[in-house]
Amino acid sequence: MLGSFDAVLLARIQFAFTVSFHFLFPAFTIGLASFLAVLNAAWLWTKNRKYLDLFRYWVKIFALAFAMGVVSGIVMSYQFGTNWSVFSDKAGPVIGAPMAYEVLSAFFLEAGFLGIMLFGRDRVGPGLHMAATAMVAFGTFLSAFWILSVNSWMHTPAGFSIDPETQQFVPEDFWQIIFNPSFPYRLAHTVTAAYLTTAFIVGGVGAWHLLRRRRRGEKTSAATKQMFSMAMWMAAIVAPIQIFLGDMHGLNTLEHQPAKVMAMEGHYESHPEGAPLYLFGIPNDEEQRLDYAIGIPKLSSLILKHDLNAPLDGLDTIPDDEQPPVGIVFWSFRIMVALGFAMLGIGLWSLWARWRGGLFTMPWLHRAAVLMAPSGLIAVLAGWITTEVGRQPYTVYGLLRTVDSAAPLDAPAVGASLVAFIVIYFTVFGAGTFYILRLMSRPPADHEPSYKTTVDGPTRAAGITPAPEDPKAGE
Amino acid sequence: MPIVSDISFDLTTIWAFIIAFAVLVYVVLDGFDLGIGILFAAERERDDRDVMMNSVAPVWDGNETWLVLGGGGLFAAFPLAYSIALPALYAPLIAMLLALVFRGVAFEFRWKAKTGRWLWDYAFIAGSTLAAFAQGVALGALLQGVEVNEAQRAYAGGWWDWLSPFSIFVGIAVVVGYMLLGATWLVMKTSGPLQERMRTRAWHLGIATVIFIGSVSIWSPMLQDGYFARWFEGWHVLWAVAVAAVVLALAWFLFRALHVHRHDHWPFLSALGLFVVSFIGLGLTMYPYIIPTEITIYEAAAPRASQIFMLVGAGVLIPVILGYTAYAYYVFRGKIDVDTGYH
Ligand code: HDD
Ligand code: HEM
Ligand code: HEM
Repeated sequence: MLGSFDAVLLARIQFAFTVSFHFLFPAFTIGLASFLAVLNAAWLWTKNRKYLDLFRYWVKIFALAFAMGVVSGIVMSYQFGTNWSVFSDKAGPVIGAPMAYEVLSAFFLEAGFLGIMLFGRDRVGPGLHMAATAMVAFGTFLSAFWILSVNSWMHTPAGFSIDPETQQFVPEDFWQIIFNPSFPYRLAHTVTAAYLTTAFIVGGVGAWHLLRRRRRGEKTSAATKQMFSMAMWMAAIVAPIQIFLGDMHGLNTLEHQPAKVMAMEGHYESHPEGAPLYLFGIPNDEEQRLDYAIGIPKLSSLILKHDLNAPLDGLDTIPDDEQPPVGIVFWSFRIMVALGFAMLGIGLWSLWARWRGGLFTMPWLHRAAVLMAPSGLIAVLAGWITTEVGRQPYTVYGLLRTVDSAAPLDAPAVGASLVAFIVIYFTVFGAGTFYILRLMSRPPADHEPSYKTTVDGPTRAAGITPAPEDPKAGE
Repeated sequence: MPIVSDISFDLTTIWAFIIAFAVLVYVVLDGFDLGIGILFAAERERDDRDVMMNSVAPVWDGNETWLVLGGGGLFAAFPLAYSIALPALYAPLIAMLLALVFRGVAFEFRWKAKTGRWLWDYAFIAGSTLAAFAQGVALGALLQGVEVNEAQRAYAGGWWDWLSPFSIFVGIAVVVGYMLLGATWLVMKTSGPLQERMRTRAWHLGIATVIFIGSVSIWSPMLQDGYFARWFEGWHVLWAVAVAAVVLALAWFLFRALHVHRHDHWPFLSALGLFVVSFIGLGLTMYPYIIPTEITIYEAAAPRASQIFMLVGAGVLIPVILGYTAYAYYVFRGKIDVDTGYH
């Protein structure tokens, strides 16, 4: 018994580790693919060279991030079977179909047109190249659509029956399965999150180069200014939308998974006359209470029920073996929300700076933007951890427990693969991140070389001569 | 009632064909680009390596997506088979996935590294070789049979069951076969001394591949009585003779195309032919089992509602995918050399 428990725990750690790594890349590439499509369209439309420079600058980074997203994604699609085989057998008839649609409609689209987007500008002409770029962006959206539908079904299962003989979930209505109750909220909130993630990375890189040029007393290129400005517009417009969507999402969760919201809020006990919003506290699962709690009275009821005195149930109404671990959920939720408000802050600051005419000259804004560059990635992981850990102890909410979902593997087998994943992911994706940072440390050049030319790099001894670039920039 | 069961019978068979098709397309497409990765070990000139990698850079991601369709399709259409086979093949599959990580990122990292390029060249070679080998081992392990607890609908063996002389042998066979695909692909896509070397390699690899096909075909019927009966009992032996004849004919064709007629395209097409015939032979060996010899495709099939819902999508989308994939290959047609690459 203990042995099988260990294997399940290891499998959970392995799944959480690999999916977290995987998701970092799509979170960035979903937004970046759209950004590239916009840049390419702007170049074709205005013929202003700065857009082409920006396209070429970011497409190199995109190619790296995308490759890492693909290889880590392939791992995911096999892990359902290798590690969660009971879950796969039972849920396969329902969620297998949307996942197959993801492969057919999204992955092939991305992969089929990626080559043309990266290498094909001169081979197919500007129109088809634009179409290919748009297809890649559309593919990333479709990918998010299907996989989030699957994931949402695991949170709010609908449209199925259970076969008494095989215990499989059997589809009754695919419309209800795909558009299950939490899906619209999760899709909107996650795609928006991807846009914010990209906006803050692009903005952070822009701000970094604004600061560096300024310190050296050099002139900043039009392309650098352009990307910083575009990123800040995105932040100013999308951050408030994201907070609104997050609130909607939370209300939906309250309806379908109240125990998760109780954990997010740290509500161990019920509050019959208005529940406080805890800003800080140390969840104590043993004693079922929040230690050192600091809260604002009745605010939680106001947010969740739009009524100061509305009663809210706590975890004391949920049997012990159906409660999620509160500590992780409580903190990851706070990290996400704090970052959301910080993003809003940057967005507003940039509007003010714009209005004062100082968008490109206010160093503190730029410093803050550099600091916030990874904020989207952190918020996105924090959000997912809230969602997924808050679903525990179930994989299919209320119906299939995590302990009953795992594959019949020996603990040493899972332990060995987990170690291999950790070592290899950190090495490989660490190297990839290093290459991405190195590309980012160089500002977009006037006449940025195309994807194919710089990949040969300035180190190339013979053959293609690298385009002129600032010799100091690569330091 | 009979009509209804007839329809579901057909749907299950159709799905078995679709999955088999996805796997076949994967094997031949990723086969040649994994093969190129393996051949990297033998080509040490930097320019040659650049050309080899550039010849697949725009298409490798699409090639690998067929693997996702094979796995994802199995999950959707035959969930029971997916949930038995994957834990049974745990070690080789995890090894394959990790190997694919290395060789996938090498396509990008290789060009971004300054001093560490040799590292990513090495990752490309090791990743491609290990992925090919692990795929062969997984196939061998599946063919030799998997222990199943039918009442619990689960894999019942241990985590070393996959390891056997047969599975190792099939692993090596797949490595060699993929190298043949890679070498003939390069005969098609390159010119000059590199192409000449590939012609010679393809010749040796072709002989080795045919020997491996023959050995696996003789060895696998020994593993299970059912396989033996299917190929060698009574009139069935005619099938075996026919398949052997087609393999030899294709091999003959390959050698003539390589060295007598010095064609650029036909060697690759003949090598593809060898793979297709072997694959069909494999299908005939296994049918109707999906987990030999425990679970048939009918036992593993997803409910009809799932099959129908997916069939609509597959019927429309697979032809579209084949269309734009062909277009992508068309865009990047022709020979490449070190200076032009694909700009
Ligand atoms: C840039 C990323 C980002 C930012 C700034 C926010 N979120 Fe978020 N959040 C996500 C990215 C995200 C996510 C990664 O997209 C999640 C994980 C799963 C999901 O559906 O969306 C998520 C989940 C998630 C959930 C869990 C829903 C569930 O599992 O049922 C809630 C309640 C919120 N968010 C609420 C908010 C609020 C009130 C925010 C405002 C400050 C906020 N989020 C900012
Ligand atoms: C992409 C971002 C995601 C992240 C960061 C993430 C994170 C996590 C974490 C932290 C766990 C462990 C929970 C625990 O055991 O306490 C988990 C479990 C799991 N998640 Fe997700 N998840 C993500 C997306 C998805 C998606 C899209 C799916 C489904 C299609 C999914 C399905 C699962 C499954 C099957 C488990 C295993 C069972 C379990 O341990 O709960 N996850 N995930
Ligand atoms: C456990 C859940 C998941 C599985 C099984 C999975 C599977 C995959 C696979 C197999 C690929 C490679 C496709 C190819 O060969 O081209 C991939 C890439 C991708 N996935 Fe995931 N994925 C999961 C979670 C997610 C989530 C939560 C999102 C977005 C919301 C997402 C979005 C993408 C995107 C956009 C790509 C394209 C590559 C990239 O942009 O980096 N995936 N995924």
